[in-house]
Amino acid sequence: MGFKTDYARVHGHGSAGEGSHHWWSQRITSVALIPLTLLFIFPFGRALGGGHEAFVATYSNLWHALVAILFMIAAFSHLQQGLQVVIEDYVPNKAIRTPALLANTLLCWAFGVAGVLSVATVLFSA
Amino acid sequence: MVQFALPKNSQMRTGKTWPKPETGGKLRKFQIYRWNPDDGENPRVDTYFVDLDDCGPMVLDALIYIKNKIDPTLTFRRSCREGICGSCAMNVDGQNKLACIFGMDEVKGDVKIYPLPHMPVVKDLIPDLSHFYAQHASIKPWLETKSNTPAKEWRQSIEDREKLDGLYECVMCACCSTSCPSYWWNGDRYLGPAALLHAYRWIIDSRDEATGERLDDLHDPFKLYRCHTIMNCAQTCPKDLNPAKAIAEIKKMMVERTM
Repeated sequence: MGFKTDYARVHGHGSAGEGSHHWWSQRITSVALIPLTLLFIFPFGRALGGGHEAFVATYSNLWHALVAILFMIAAFSHLQQGLQVVIEDYVPNKAIRTPALLANTLLCWAFGVAGVLSVATVLFSA
Repeated sequence: MVQFALPKNSQMRTGKTWPKPETGGKLRKFQIYRWNPDDGENPRVDTYFVDLDDCGPMVLDALIYIKNKIDPTLTFRRSCREGICGSCAMNVDGQNKLACIFGMDEVKGDVKIYPLPHMPVVKDLIPDLSHFYAQHASIKPWLETKSNTPAKEWRQSIEDREKLDGLYECVMCACCSTSCPSYWWNGDRYLGPAALLHAYRWIIDSRDEATGERLDDLHDPFKLYRCHTIMNCAQTCPKDLNPAKAIAEIKKMMVERTM
C-alpha cells in the first residue's frame, strides 16, 4: 500500500488516450459477423463430410471464397479483440497477463492469415 | 482483482445468537455481518431478533432497534434516514440498498445484511470508500469554465437543464459501483458507474467549457472501457438512475468525435 494518497493512486499514469478505436471496431466486426456467419456456415456445412474435393468445389467459387475470407478476417479480429478484453479483465498477474496478451494477438493473426491463405490457394489453383 | 475464494482471515463464521426481546410482539430474524479490526477474529454472522411492533418498517429502523436495544457495538453509517445522504448503503438480501428506504417487508425469510461487496471493511457494515471518493474527485465534479465569469449567473435553457435529470440525483452511495463485477475485478483502474455517471453529468452540462478535456481524461481502456454493460448498476440504484446508460452515452461521444 505505501503512503501514496488515494488521489495519486486513482490518477495512476493518467489516460492512455486509447480504447475508443478498440471498442468501435469490436462493434463493427460484431455487426459484420451477423451476415458473414450465416453466409459462411451453410456452404461450409454442405462441404463437410464431402472430403477435400467438396471443399475445393465450394471454394473455387469466387463468391464462396470471398465470403469465407471476409468471415475469417472479421472472426479473427473479433476473437482477438474479445479475448484481449477477457484477459485484461481477469488476469491481474502481469507475469501471466503480458505473455497471454502477446500469445492472443500472435495466434489470432497466425490462424487468421492461415485461413485466408488456404481459401486463396484453393481459389487460385482451381 | 479476480479472487474467487476468500482469504483465510476473511472467511465468515457463525457468530452469536442474541437473546430474543421479551416485549411480546411479532419477531423478525436478522443475520448481520460483524467484523472488528481490533479483536483479530474472523468475520462472523450474528443473529438478532427484532420486535416488529416496536420498530419502524425500514431495514435501517431495525438496525437502529438492534443498536439501541440489543447490541450497542453493532456499527453502521446512517444520517438522513430518507434516501438523500447515501450513508446507509449496504447489501440487504443479496442486493445493494439504502437501508433507510428499503422496507423489511420486501425481503422474504430472514433479513441478511452485509457491507457493500468487494470493498475493504472498516468495521461491521462500514466499507472504506476513500478510493471510491478519490475516483469521484478525479473526474472534476464541478463546473469548469474559461470564459469570463458573467456578472450574474451562467445561464442555462430549460431544455439544457432537463438533460441533467436522471444524473444530478445521484447521492454517491456506492451501491452501483460495488455491485459491478468489472469494478470488483479492476476497481483500482476502472472508475466505476458512479464516478462515470458524474463525469457524464458534467460532460453534458451546457455551461461547462471543458467537455473535450473531460472526454480526453476518460479516453482509457481501463477508466472507461471496463464497462461491459452488465447493468447491475442500473438494477441496484436506490434512486432508480441508470449509470450504464450514462456510460454508453460517453462511449458514443468518444466515437462521434472521431467521425
